[in-house]
This record gives sequence, structure tokens and C-alpha cells, in this order.
Amino acid sequence: MRFILFHNKLIPQKTNTNGSKRISQMDLIPQPQPNPNYPFNPKLQLLLSGKQLLFDDIPFPLEEIQEHYENGYVTYRKGIKYTAGKKPYCVRCGNKKPYWFAVYPCARCQEACIYCRRCLMMGRISECTPLIGWNGPMPDAPLPSKILAWQGSLSQGQLEASKRVVEAILQNKEWLIWAVCGAGKTEVLFAGIEAALATKKRICIATPRTDVVLELTPRLKSAFPDIPIASLYGGSEDRHVFAPLTIATTHQLLRFYQAFDAMILDEVDAFPYTVEEALQHAAVQARKLTSSMIYLTATPNEKWQRECRTGKRAFTTIPARYHRHPLSVPEFVWCGNWKKSLRKGKLPENVLCWIKTRLQNNKQSLLFFPHISLMEEALPLVKKLAPATEAVHAEDPCRKDKVQRMRKKEILFLLTTTILERGVTFPNIDVAVIGAEDLIFTESALVQIAGRAGRSKEYPKGVVTFFHYGKTNEMIKAKRQIVSMNREGIARGLIDV
Amino acid sequence: MSFFFLDYCYICQERILPDISWKALFSPEKESFICTDCRGKFERIEGETCRICSRPFQQIDNPFRDEDVCYDCFRWEEDPEWQGVLEKNTSMFVYNEFLREVIAKFKYRGDYMLVKVFSESFRKKVQGLVVDVFVPIPLSEERLYERGFNQTEAILIEAGLQPSNILTRIHTEKQSKKSRTERIHLPQVFQLLPNPQIEGKKILLVDDIYTTGSTLRHAAKLLKQAGAATIQSITIGR
Repeated sequence: MRFILFHNKLIPQKTNTNGSKRISQMDLIPQPQPNPNYPFNPKLQLLLSGKQLLFDDIPFPLEEIQEHYENGYVTYRKGIKYTAGKKPYCVRCGNKKPYWFAVYPCARCQEACIYCRRCLMMGRISECTPLIGWNGPMPDAPLPSKILAWQGSLSQGQLEASKRVVEAILQNKEWLIWAVCGAGKTEVLFAGIEAALATKKRICIATPRTDVVLELTPRLKSAFPDIPIASLYGGSEDRHVFAPLTIATTHQLLRFYQAFDAMILDEVDAFPYTVEEALQHAAVQARKLTSSMIYLTATPNEKWQRECRTGKRAFTTIPARYHRHPLSVPEFVWCGNWKKSLRKGKLPENVLCWIKTRLQNNKQSLLFFPHISLMEEALPLVKKLAPATEAVHAEDPCRKDKVQRMRKKEILFLLTTTILERGVTFPNIDVAVIGAEDLIFTESALVQIAGRAGRSKEYPKGVVTFFHYGKTNEMIKAKRQIVSMNREGIARGLIDV
Repeated sequence: MSFFFLDYCYICQERILPDISWKALFSPEKESFICTDCRGKFERIEGETCRICSRPFQQIDNPFRDEDVCYDCFRWEEDPEWQGVLEKNTSMFVYNEFLREVIAKFKYRGDYMLVKVFSESFRKKVQGLVVDVFVPIPLSEERLYERGFNQTEAILIEAGLQPSNILTRIHTEKQSKKSRTERIHLPQVFQLLPNPQIEGKKILLVDDIYTTGSTLRHAAKLLKQAGAATIQSITIGR
């Protein structure tokens, strides 16, 4: 698409007419002020409020969108801009890497057009693609008399954190909630969400993983039964729903622009730094200039931990689980050159012994391996001892089914890669890591893995063993983090001793 | 290939590790756009195929073939209206799940860059044919605007061949949403530009996928009527 500037307004052109330019080449994009006498389309208002969409995403004719622009209700922004060095960057996903851009002969602008490949799956953004947003009043969502229907009670640690969340949301602050695995993070948010909704703030909970969106949605729907909730992930049906409460994957945030008064970012550490950078960009774009940001994590990275220690980052810890028992502290066991043993078709003696003990007591266990290939070498060896053994990894088509069978106790030993390091809960298990020295097992991965044990009130204790061929710093830091959380929990009276 | 800049696979975005060896240093290979994993997922069409549409016979049972022609082509050839209209189709890869995804990303998502994945094999296939005019299967004006580019024209351009856009297409519902019977008994969706100058010429039609052969045969019929000598076709997937 091309535009000409006429009477200080942009006019779209379907062909390469004289004097027309692509939006990325426009020096200035005039924005008319909203015309109070113009009867804007409320459906367009619902669709566009706080968004940045493409023409292709909007089920209204171009003429109608243009009319709203001319009357000041719709904004056009550049999809691709240029850095000072004339290099392109993608306004939607923040991509600046040259290898993520490509050029094509574009039928829309009839020029060689640069497009972003990184966010291509959300619709192609190129030099001739405008991002379309809303410039009029926000839609009004009537409030029910009672917002929060949840009746449960919070532990002392949860309560303290919950107060902080409310405060941060009302005062538009940034706050980190550092809560151990199994602390009950979701309940901590309820009061904050209620406070936001009561003060007509639009709020969003974003997480990197679709699984988490799917798990959170029903819980929040039952806690806030009369509040419309939009649940957004790749392929979800709520894509164009306007709601005061949104639960979204961080990916879906790319469609939002200055939309939220309060943003809760869950599991910020779940992805490697480069990916995280893109997700941070999305989160920053999606929140309003004046807004609050709550980060939730069980395992902040080293930089964040340092910022917490040196007082540069406002944070609250929940050092203890809601059941008031301490976290299981991992035990380090040297198991020699376990890869060599596997190659010879054997498990190291102490690993074998560990497995046999669980087998005798019929105790379900998770066994973590650093790589798929090594796990598959170990599978027949464990299976020989206990036929009720399975292995899962990220690309396993039966992954969900196997996790389900583990829950139903049909599987005794589940071998896994780091894919099950977070998110899954089995009530009564022991956990072993075989080859904990591998680089894939970072401090945060190991803390998460250890956090799989002792989750339920009925079985608050579970054994965590790291079998290794040489201790690593990451292992030591993980153990230190767990021990210090337990110590803090005891000191604050959150753990029964 | 380069030693200092890492390449990323166009399809899976994983890093392509450079092949650092004396051989690579002295006889550098052609640029590799995709990683070995992705390369392995393309299935070349090999073995015995249908004489006309190059459908691999391994995939189909005997009742569905008549000597060296598959049953689909047999049905086309049986009909005097369609007999000999399309002389032969050549396809590059089996239209498996992987190819379906790659083509979808290429044409529907509009990742133009993926054209490079196909252009080298395409060029090699074309080298073996005697062709006067290359004709891409066109998109309707509306569809072209929607997608931003014509995928078949892109393949020709990237392979360094000159596309002749002598066909136009009337805007209709998407082909991929129709059944076989619907596709065959379709009224002509193509039109020929006036004065196409193809009399006695050998034509190569280019499309992305051969499914029922209906699209290609409809286009071929029009070209035949305008005096083309022979019409062959080439597609990425079969």
C-alpha cells in the first residue's frame, strides 16, 4: 500500500501514483484530532483499543477504517522504521538483526519491499505496512458489584506478597515477586487483579508458554466469574475480544500497543536471553507509559538476583511453600563417567541402587537427562528393572498422554529432558538428575527441577538427588539458593520446624 | 558458506554450522540456505512414476494404475476434450507434511525468502527440458494484492528465467477448498492476453503443487487453443 499526503491527511493509494510514498518513507504522519460529531463504529473501537493490527487483521473495509482515521479515531503508524545507520528495524517485534529481514518485489507498493521474518507468523510487516491503532475513547466495561469470588485463604508469606502486588498496581510501580516453586503464585495475584479492576485499570497476565495460559484461564474465570476474560494464544478464538482482564502468551502481546495499566509477567526466566529480549520488547510495548509491572518467578537470573541484593530492584520473596514445609535440598552424588557406563549398556552402580530402592517402595520418580539420545540409551536399562517406565521429550507426540499416565500412577519411572522442569506437578515423587554437570542444567533449571518434589500437603517431602561427574558452579548455586530460601522461611516464621 | 558469519537455516532458523575443511576452503560449495536436518525432510520424487503427471507409483496400489499411467491421468486422457492437452508434468518433491508447511509459509504467510530453498533444484530440473516460453500460473488481481507476490513467478525469477505473464485469472474461491469433481468441472478460470505470440512454441507452465492436475490442464487447454506446439508443466510438490 502507498499513501499520498493531501490536506494534511494520509490517503491510501492502491497503485504507484505520482508523489505517493510507502508509510515507512513518510517524514511525518499527520494525526487528525477526534471529531466529536463523528459517529464512530463501536465494533471497531472494541477491536482496535490498545492494539496494533494490520489491515489484513481487521474485518472492516478499508474505506471505513480510512474514514475513522480522517475523523481522528484511528492511527496509522510505521511497521518498519530505520535506525540512525539507515538499517531497518521492526516496530512490532523490535527486531534489528539483518538476517531476520528479507526483501521481495511487493505487489502492494510495486517496489522492492523489506519485511521482517521474525514476527512473520503474526502477519507480514513490510515497509509499506501500516500498524493500525485506536485514538478515540476506551470502551466502557461495566463492573459487577462483586469482583472476586474466590474464598480461599492465603498463607502468611502469600499475604505479604499479595499486599505488595496491590500496592504496586495502585501506585504504578515495578515489582518482582520471587516465590519458590509451589508457593502458590496465582493466589497471590487475586487481590491485585481485584484492585486493578475496581479502579478501572486494564490488566494483563502474560507468560511465555501456552500451557500456562490454558491452565490459568479456568482458575481466573472461577475467581472472577462476572469479569470478561480474554485468553490469547496462537490459534485461540478470543483474538479480537476486548476484556478488562487478558491472559496471553508473550507472543500475543505483539498485537497490543499501550493497552494495559497493569502487566503481570510470569516466568520471565523461562527462555534464553535472546528470546527473552524480544519478549521484553513486547511487554514494554503493550503496557501504557504510566503503568505497573509485576514480575513473577521462582528463579530470577543472576543479574536480577544481584540487583535484588544491592537494592536496585524492588522485590518481595515468598521463601516457603503454602504447606509450611521446607523445600527439598538436593543431595550431590558422584556417579563417575556415566556416559561411558551407558555406552557399555550399564547404569552407574549408585544410580542403579537409587532406582532399585524406589522400585521396592513403589515410589514414583522423575529422572532428568541432559539430552534425548542419552535418555534413550538409558530407557531400556531402566525398563528392564521396571516395565512401567517411559521417556518424554519436547517433540514426543505422546507427551501429554504420558504425563497423564504418570498422574494416574500407571507409570513408575518417567525419564525426561528439561521439558518437564517446570509447570508439571505430581503429588508424591522423588527426583533424580543424571549428569547434573551438563551445561544445560543451569542454576534456574536445577532449582525448578528440585522444586518438582514435595509439592503436596500430604507428601511434603521428596528426595532430590543430583548424580554428577564433577560438581559445577551452577549446581552449587542452585543448592545455595534453596538452602537460603529455607533459612529465610524459618527466620520469617513461614516454615514449621 | 562463510567462515566468519554464521548462517541460519531459512526454514527452522537454527544455525548452520560451517563445514570447515580443506575441501571447503579450496572448492567452496554453493551457499547453503537450509540445514542438513531440513534438507533431509524433503523427499525427492524417485523410482517409477506416472508417465504423464510424475506421480510416484510406490505410493499407490495396482488397481489405480494403467500400465505406466496413473488412474487420474487415465481418466483425463480418456476424455477427448482433455486428451494430450498436458504433455507431461515434472514435479520436484513429494508433497509430504513438511513440504506442505514450507509451501504454506512461503505463499500464505508470504515468506518470499523461502523461494531460494527451491530455486536451485528448480533450475536443474528445467535444464533438462526444451522450452521456448515460461508461463507462471497467475493469481487473480485480488489474491495477488492480498499475498503481495505470485509464488510461481517468484520461483522463475529467482532461477534466473524470464516469466511470460500471458495468462490472467478470474477471481474465484480458493482451489484448495474444492473437491476433485468440483475442480474438473470448473468453467475456465484463466484468460489469455491478446496477441500472446505462442504459435508453434514449446511452453512450460509453472505451479507450486500438482493435486488433481485440473489447474494446469485448464491453463494448458487455453494455450493449446492459441496455437502452442506442446505444453509441459513443472511443480514443486506432487
